[in-house]
Amino acid sequence: MMEEILHYTWGAVVSFVLAFSVGITFMGLNRKVTARVQNRIGPPWYQNFIDVVKLYSKKSAIHHGTMHHLGPAFLMVSSVMSLLIIPILNDGKFFPNLNFQGDLIFLIYIMTFGPLGMALGAGQTGNPNSAIGVTRGLAQMAGFEIPWVMALVALMIQYKTTSIVDLMNIQAETGRWLMFSSPFAFIAAIMAMFGMFRYAPFDIVGAPAELASGPMSENGGKYLFTMMSSGSVFAFAKLTLYADLFLGGADNLPELVAKTFVLYMIPVLYGVVNPRYRTEQAVRWFWGWPSFFGLLAILQASFF
Amino acid sequence: MINDKVSQKIVDIIQNYARKHSLWVLAYGTGCGAIEIPPTMTSRYDAERLGVRGAATPRQADVLLITGYLTTKTLKRVIRVYEQMQDPKYVIGFGSCTINGGMYFDSYNTIKALDRYLPVDVYINGCMPRPEAVLEGFAKLQELIQAGKADGSKKYKENLEWYRANQKEVIPVWRMPEFNW
Repeated sequence: MMEEILHYTWGAVVSFVLAFSVGITFMGLNRKVTARVQNRIGPPWYQNFIDVVKLYSKKSAIHHGTMHHLGPAFLMVSSVMSLLIIPILNDGKFFPNLNFQGDLIFLIYIMTFGPLGMALGAGQTGNPNSAIGVTRGLAQMAGFEIPWVMALVALMIQYKTTSIVDLMNIQAETGRWLMFSSPFAFIAAIMAMFGMFRYAPFDIVGAPAELASGPMSENGGKYLFTMMSSGSVFAFAKLTLYADLFLGGADNLPELVAKTFVLYMIPVLYGVVNPRYRTEQAVRWFWGWPSFFGLLAILQASFF
Repeated sequence: MINDKVSQKIVDIIQNYARKHSLWVLAYGTGCGAIEIPPTMTSRYDAERLGVRGAATPRQADVLLITGYLTTKTLKRVIRVYEQMQDPKYVIGFGSCTINGGMYFDSYNTIKALDRYLPVDVYINGCMPRPEAVLEGFAKLQELIQAGKADGSKKYKENLEWYRANQKEVIPVWRMPEFNW
């Protein structure tokens, strides 16, 4: 009993450290790629590590109320919870996860929990930019959640399971990635990913020049540190989920990093050559082709 | 948390390294100097390779870049912005106007020496300073941070009465929230 608890605790710690370092490195590479596309040299790939240490070493003398302090913590809780539920490697030896029947449905809930907590925290700061950012973020979430949930429901119908590990086992048994056996769900999920990562053209929440970084505009120092680290953990968790569901998971760490990096480059490279959408354009985009592909995926799952 | 001197020294070295290589700049661009900021940040001079990056709000910023002259009206806003920033924070005075008034030396409604109102860590002179000079100024600030000498905010806290008296001299209607750390 005690050994099992220790096993899970250490697994959680190790997977958190892994997710943090890989996620932050990916974000640094994102800055580098953006810089190279803009014909700049760009910061070194470890720039985000330096930024995180600096943000942590800053003092924070801001007080707007309890919810304002709790907002970033909600984000962190949501990220860590989704990380612990998503299996990192195929056999789950080194990174034990809290998998259970129905975790795919639970994941849909818990992935929206963090942004909602952050929305409450941003609301209490009383900054008008935060309020506008929150409304924009919730509108965008209403946009991309529809193709995303449609893709997941299609997978659930097609394979008659709501467990991520079961879906991974199916891919291992048949030797076919779900990317090929349910392509429409894959397309819908990838298109929903653009909204999840909030890079251009869907960076309507942050929008630095327009909204002064939106919901986080009153947060500096350690709050920003929490948000940045939770963002990197969440990015890694989401990418791992995509690799698990559609690319057959990974047997070892280099394979996982390679697969997640390829997936990560899709929104990044789409973003660097695009300007920003307005809110209604973004929502209309998500309710257009991505939802159509999601519907096709459900039809394919039910009738074929 | 850490009490003994050796580990404090190690922590200081790491923190100073991080602060030096990650300067988030809030450019207060009401003066004409703001036109030199875009070329500094974009592909020609690319300040991001030094870790210098724009910040959206005062809460997130480390460096307050005051580009050019300050009228008495904008000085009030600058003071407010500076007091909203989180420690450690630095001020760069940009252009001749912040040093001695520059071409506005006999103007009735601009301040002449920024140092009387806010603690300035680094001055960049010139009218206008070119992007090379701006990068030079950032390099100088990085040197000061590494040596632990960029302590403008500490000076401001210690000499708050003096700064306040100077500020209230030029701002007749003083309706501002108290400076609370």
